[in-house]
Amino acid sequence: MSQATLIKCFAESLGIPAEQVTDELQYNTIPQWDSVAHMTLIAALEDAFEIMLDTDDIIDMSSVAKAKEILARYEVSF
Amino acid sequence: MLLQNKVCIVTGATRGIGLAIARFFAAQGAWVFVNGRDSQRVNDVVAELQSAGGRADAFVCDVADPNSVKLAYKEFLTKSKTIDVLVNNAGILDDALIGMVTPAQIERTFSINTYAVLYMSQYAARIMAKAKSGSIINLTSIIGTNGNSGQAVYGGSKAAVIGITKSLAKELAASHIRVNAIAPGFIDTDMARSIPPAVFDTRVASVAMKRIGTPEEIAGVAAFLGSDLSAYVTGQIIGVDGGMLI
Repeated sequence: MSQATLIKCFAESLGIPAEQVTDELQYNTIPQWDSVAHMTLIAALEDAFEIMLDTDDIIDMSSVAKAKEILARYEVSF
Repeated sequence: MLLQNKVCIVTGATRGIGLAIARFFAAQGAWVFVNGRDSQRVNDVVAELQSAGGRADAFVCDVADPNSVKLAYKEFLTKSKTIDVLVNNAGILDDALIGMVTPAQIERTFSINTYAVLYMSQYAARIMAKAKSGSIINLTSIIGTNGNSGQAVYGGSKAAVIGITKSLAKELAASHIRVNAIAPGFIDTDMARSIPPAVFDTRVASVAMKRIGTPEEIAGVAAFLGSDLSAYVTGQIIGVDGGMLI
């Protein structure tokens, strides 16, 4: 459930196909995942999982895998 | 009413200009979150606003401490998921000639007058962006726009607020968040009354209207900037100084 939600957040926020949302996908390695899209992604994740991310975690969220690791600290399980 | 049902956070709202803004906003229908470091003083203001028929809640934190700000926003989000207006008002005045300025004085002044504006705006902007609406109002000063002898630290901290305001206005416009600043002149607060009487008289004499301004006169402009009356106003520094020359 969380995995599907996470993929949906990434795909819709970055405007990319769901298949492209893999653990290896990294920030700033595709044109769609720039700083503006990153803040849109953060808002989507906060809404979807009903959390408020710390600023440090927003900065550290450098890949899909890292996003899962960070979200796990907010009691989101994958 | 100008601010009917708008959710507003006012920093440094237990006295002076911040208190006047909190009172006026509540009277204009806003749900006011009263910020201060001292929970007792904050709760006193909240109780006052409520007894006057307004809606108010506490937002207790040290705005100069990023962790304290974060925790306060987490608490805030349990009460409201939206913010319509953030007023970054909290500030201190600590004058000294440049040869007598201490590093601790610089750090403290910039922490409260400048860094806090960034800490508070950071979270507010994220919450406002979700609603694609909001108004951030920063309190700068005529000392920030014009400078003054003995006020290099204060003036620098307030000039920085102007840079923050203009930059955020550009960055957040796409999210329909407006960012403006008010530059008060000589306003009748504890801060103004803390200066020596001779300096006080000189300051009043420098005002074209020949009187000190009131906190309520700042609150009126803040309400304008927080309301939909200023829907197309962003990135502006509005002087409220009675024609003061400095």
